[in-house]
Amino acid sequence: MLKMEHIHKRFPGVYALNDVSYELRAGEVHALLGENGAGKSTLIKVLGGIYTADEGEIYIDGNKVAINGVKDAQNNGIAIIHQELVLVPYMTVAENIFLGREHGGGMFVNHKKMTEDAQALLDAHEMNIKADMLIKDLTIAQQQMVEIVKAISYNSKILVMDEPTSSISDKEVAFLFKTMRGLTAKGVGIVYISHKMSELEEICDRVTIMRDGQYVGTKVVKETNKDDLIAMMVGRELTNYYTRDYLEPGEVVLKCEHISDGKMAKDVSFEVHKGEIVGFAGLVGAGRSEAMKCVFGLTKGSTGDVYVKGQKVQINNPVEAMKNGIALVPEDRKLEGLYRVQSVKFNSTIEILDQFIHGVSVDDRKETEITQNYIDMMATKTPAQEQVIGNLSGGNQQKVMISRWLATNPDILILDEPTRGVDVGAKSEIYAIMNELVKKGMSIIMISSELPEIINMSDRVYVMAEGVVAGCLDYTEVTQESIMQLAAN
Amino acid sequence: MAQEMTKKVSSAGSSNKVAAFLKENMGIIAALLVLCVFLSVFPATSGSFLTSKNIFNVLRQISTNMLLACGMTMVIILGGIDLSVGSIIALSGVIAAGCVSRYELPIVAALIVGVLIGLVIGVFNGFVISTTTIPPFIVTLATMNIARGLAKVYTGGSPVRVVTKEWQFIGAGYVGFVPVPVIIMIIVLIITALIMNKTKMGRHIYAVGGNAQAAVFSGIKVSRVKFFVHAFSGVMAGLAGIILASRMYSGQPTAGEGAEMDAIAAVVVGGTSMAGGSGKIGGTIIGALIIGILNNGLNLLNVNSFWQDVVKGVVILLAVFIDYVKNSKSKA
Repeated sequence: MLKMEHIHKRFPGVYALNDVSYELRAGEVHALLGENGAGKSTLIKVLGGIYTADEGEIYIDGNKVAINGVKDAQNNGIAIIHQELVLVPYMTVAENIFLGREHGGGMFVNHKKMTEDAQALLDAHEMNIKADMLIKDLTIAQQQMVEIVKAISYNSKILVMDEPTSSISDKEVAFLFKTMRGLTAKGVGIVYISHKMSELEEICDRVTIMRDGQYVGTKVVKETNKDDLIAMMVGRELTNYYTRDYLEPGEVVLKCEHISDGKMAKDVSFEVHKGEIVGFAGLVGAGRSEAMKCVFGLTKGSTGDVYVKGQKVQINNPVEAMKNGIALVPEDRKLEGLYRVQSVKFNSTIEILDQFIHGVSVDDRKETEITQNYIDMMATKTPAQEQVIGNLSGGNQQKVMISRWLATNPDILILDEPTRGVDVGAKSEIYAIMNELVKKGMSIIMISSELPEIINMSDRVYVMAEGVVAGCLDYTEVTQESIMQLAAN
Repeated sequence: MAQEMTKKVSSAGSSNKVAAFLKENMGIIAALLVLCVFLSVFPATSGSFLTSKNIFNVLRQISTNMLLACGMTMVIILGGIDLSVGSIIALSGVIAAGCVSRYELPIVAALIVGVLIGLVIGVFNGFVISTTTIPPFIVTLATMNIARGLAKVYTGGSPVRVVTKEWQFIGAGYVGFVPVPVIIMIIVLIITALIMNKTKMGRHIYAVGGNAQAAVFSGIKVSRVKFFVHAFSGVMAGLAGIILASRMYSGQPTAGEGAEMDAIAAVVVGGTSMAGGSGKIGGTIIGALIIGILNNGLNLLNVNSFWQDVVKGVVILLAVFIDYVKNSKSKA
């Protein structure tokens, strides 16, 4: 039903799409796979009318169409659900669904009818959402559902979903997939963009792989496997995706007892040995990040005891945590980590200003040297230290984030979702770096929602559920099933 | 190899920075040069513009705006705004003048009181902004009205005159051939540049303005930074207040009306983004110079003062537009 053929798109200095073709059949979920910068978003923007292709044709139901704007795309039955949702928070669900085409003649809006119509649509898809609720009171997953209903209400035949599962829980993912299957049964075609391999197998029929703005190939998901797909994405065989040498762990360096923030983290106790990677698994909302924020001194009024190398310590703020050799790389890079308009250098050294700023003098040479050391160590790809960090890819941004806290020379490094929004190549490199760090005697706490990464990198795994530690698994006994059993509790 | 690279980078560091600054601000630097060259060669102004008397005159005129703009640069980089500075000029001016004419305090003491008034209001702004989530726009809008009102209450609406000759030194005096306000301006500029570029506080201001939540994770005491910046802006306004009162022989309750907008204009023309997190004091200096020289040039050309406002508005829009075009190009 949709055919994009030989699409080219050039930006000044970048060949974003070079002869890319893509085909979507009615009733299928067709994944678009590729590392960051492979050109997936550009292709989607061409389809959605945000960009116009320099060359190439788009056919819908066999007819050649010209998409020169968002309206053209809508008229051709194309709807895009962006990764960042674009709903108006202080308007109701109904108002959002019918935004720009409100019911009622003349100047006035017929709220009653609009709400009823919206409710009918929501009910038709078994969504447990009231049409008169405000968007801001919904969860992310519910907002996504509203976006989907909104898209369907345009009679869209082609639905594009850009990483829809990046910020919702497993249970919500299951519901999302169910909704998607309901749509495909009605003949809707879905373009699905995701980084998560496991989802492909579950929901997608076919997958098209892109790399560096070029079309690499299309496969039927059932006839391929993860390793092949990764190889196609990266352009080379990743022989050891995970690097991990298990060593005999040393003495206990961090012991936390009854950590609580009074809300999400209820009673969390754990210990970490020298030279160990300790994984923290659990569902979204299990209180993992919250517990670590308490340990790092970010939560006012948190309770519990923290022992560093056997000594009981009082940590009231991040500065005290860093003094005690604890560092935390936050979960949400954009929100909690990056100074987006500042340089790589600024972002690398913000924690260690003491080392090169004394009074009113900056030791430029030293700052440059420190920054360069970490760029080399992490193999961060940046044209210059002065490069604005917002212009780097997710993987390279994350490497700078890790270097920022490594620079504080911690004994215990807490990584919260260290590979979220990071492409496969950079992921593998981050794993290798983690392995190096623990070999040198550092201890790492890794919170992650990606089970494969938890299973393949951790010495031990604490599984949390509803604010408490549900169990601890040794690397020899950890499997997806054993984790999920504890997590679901 | 890596070490070699590091060496190269650091030895070229300082000249690189100057080059980068020039490149970044090419548009406004060009505008400034064009303006100066035009005024130097245009027949109607060529005789009067490029005289040392006029140059110092211009510098003296822009000195108070420059002081405000120094504080405003920090506030805007922090992601906020300070609307109260214009009113602080009035309040600090009338009270300093009152200290001399009504309470017969020594002039130095009166001037210090004037600056302290600025500090007090700045501290109040900083306290409210750092301890609550009320937007700086609202907080300083309130203190703007409060300060202006107090200045009127204190004076009953008419100027507080000071007749002593020494009173004029700080606003209208000279050291050698350089006006005192220009000297104060240069000292303040150096201090501001040092804070912004050479201290931890400077880095922290950029960090908090760029991403306040990330700053919390970085262990930066966000409220302390906000507090400092607003107090600094208040002091700048207090300083501007006493300079202006001195130059006018009196503290006037209407002094500095709209001065906050001129300061914001200088900062914005200088390339600092209202979104916070980026900007340079060097840009602000150029911005204030452009606005000051433009005013001077229009005066020399005998342009009606109503039209001067129109021209100023157009220049602000143009400067920001050039910035916008440049940014959208570099993003594509």
